[in-house]
Amino acid sequence: MLEHYLSLATKAIFVENMALAFFLGMCSFLAISKEVKTSLPLGIAVTFVLAVTTPLNQVLNNVLLKEGALAWAGLENIDLSFLTFLTLIGTIAATVQIVEMALDRFSPALYNALGVFLPLIAVNCAILGASLFMVERDYTIAESTVFGLGSGIGWALAISALAAIREKLRYSNVPAPLRGLAVTFLVVGLMSISFMAFSGIQL
Amino acid sequence: MQFMKDMNDKIAPHFEKGGRFEKLYPIFEMHDTGMFTPPDVTKTGAHVRDGLDLKRMMITVVLALIPCAAMAMYNTGYQALLAMAKGGAALDSWQMGLFSALGFGADFGNPIACLLLGALYFLPVYITGMLTGAVVEVGSAIMRGHEVNEGFLVTGMLLPLTLPATIPLWMVSMGMAFGLIFGKEVFGGTGMNFLNPALVARAFLFFAYPAAMSGEAPWIATNLQGIDSYSGATLLAQAAETNGALASYDWWDAFYGFVPGSMGETSALACLLGCAVLLWTKVGSGRTMAGVVVGTIAISLLLNISGSETNPMFAVPWYWHMVLGGWALGTVFMATDPVSSAFTNAGKFYYGIGIGALCVLIRVINPAYPEGMMLAILFMNMFAPLIDHFVVQGNINRRLTRNAAA
Repeated sequence: MLEHYLSLATKAIFVENMALAFFLGMCSFLAISKEVKTSLPLGIAVTFVLAVTTPLNQVLNNVLLKEGALAWAGLENIDLSFLTFLTLIGTIAATVQIVEMALDRFSPALYNALGVFLPLIAVNCAILGASLFMVERDYTIAESTVFGLGSGIGWALAISALAAIREKLRYSNVPAPLRGLAVTFLVVGLMSISFMAFSGIQL
Repeated sequence: MQFMKDMNDKIAPHFEKGGRFEKLYPIFEMHDTGMFTPPDVTKTGAHVRDGLDLKRMMITVVLALIPCAAMAMYNTGYQALLAMAKGGAALDSWQMGLFSALGFGADFGNPIACLLLGALYFLPVYITGMLTGAVVEVGSAIMRGHEVNEGFLVTGMLLPLTLPATIPLWMVSMGMAFGLIFGKEVFGGTGMNFLNPALVARAFLFFAYPAAMSGEAPWIATNLQGIDSYSGATLLAQAAETNGALASYDWWDAFYGFVPGSMGETSALACLLGCAVLLWTKVGSGRTMAGVVVGTIAISLLLNISGSETNPMFAVPWYWHMVLGGWALGTVFMATDPVSSAFTNAGKFYYGIGIGALCVLIRVINPAYPEGMMLAILFMNMFAPLIDHFVVQGNINRRLTRNAAA
């Protein structure tokens, strides 16, 4: 059993890395990766949100949304799955709001450094992506916790590595037309070539 | 020599600022500093004095690679002739045509024949890579106004060593151009990249043209169709395929390099000679190499203990991992690339451990790739800046607490 969860976590972190295998959550991945000092906390915040929302959505999906999920209330024939997106996003937005308030209270410096990208975690595709993968693959509640946590760690790892590389690239003499975002795209492309080391692993 | 010096001094003004060929200054500079010691001295700022400059460092690596290149030529010829002696048909290539026109036959016992046939395969690949590299490097030097750096000599030497003998030359050229432009020049040239350009080139070829870079066919320059008793696959592929495949091979053969594989990767002995040169001249980092060795031994022992009934790779011992595939070449020449590896001393060790561990893991548990060295090094290249970040941050924190206590 433990082995099953371990391989699920490895898969979520490395083999199906949210950022470098699926290219999800790109907006903040590219925008908040100038310094390890800010990108690592962002990665942790995303990991936290993922680890909370994925199991939460799993519960909602199973007791409210799925076809026949309302059987416990005596309503076997009702299918609320057209509300899936709305509900998933709602849960995520609420969780992000809580994280935001907590950060504002306990670490104002970080709150200011992350700026608009903190509330924007709510629309980070990696987070909605994890919830949708959970729905599609029919994970149990334990599996979705592990999967959410793993996806978050993978995303945090990728954004920290990108931030460290960009800190190093500050001393590079990048050709003028490529400076800024363009060279970051190239870096991300090369990084995902390296991440192909894990593609094909069967766990 | 004096004549050439006079000549150089005479034409120098044309290339300097305001001269007619100002744009071509990098070419002049390359020739001038390559042939003579330039009289320029540092006038401002930090005065670091060292006999070791970028040129000398790169040339040392190229010299250290010569045993590998020699072994690459010998083994390429040896493998091709050996396969022919076992009944394989000669390839219909100009190399074979020239080889038999010179009066040589399929005699794998003749070292001159092996060396000649191998050279006929290796040198065109090498020259193609070098020419492409020179065009990219000089072109970008002129466009960007920096000096021509010798880094491409190392890339141009490393890349052919990691390629199979039968690779089409246009692929070599394409890979080299991709590696140098997207692996290095977009970041501003030598010293400013974050991945090893030779490995970027190889990874590009590996993923773009898998048919020419993997499987059984490419490793031996002989047509193997029709002989059942002989497999052209590398030992790693064979070990992953069947249980106990390595038992029928001699470890020393793999150590000396008389096995099929990419041209320059087979011989651990040649890499060991290069390793001695790099360590003696302090060009390569011993810490990185030690880290790779530790990582490899630790993970392969762990996998040996855990064992597996379905996957024969679990049982491969660490001393086999070290002579198989690109492990030796990668450890000595690619992991130690000072630009793309970690900078801090402690970081270099962790970085090495990561490479060794990951290389074994990919070989053993990833069925998609029989070999893992290239991707392991690229992966750790990517994390080297992060490792440095944490090592530096750790040092800062330690000193802070020490001073706070005092």
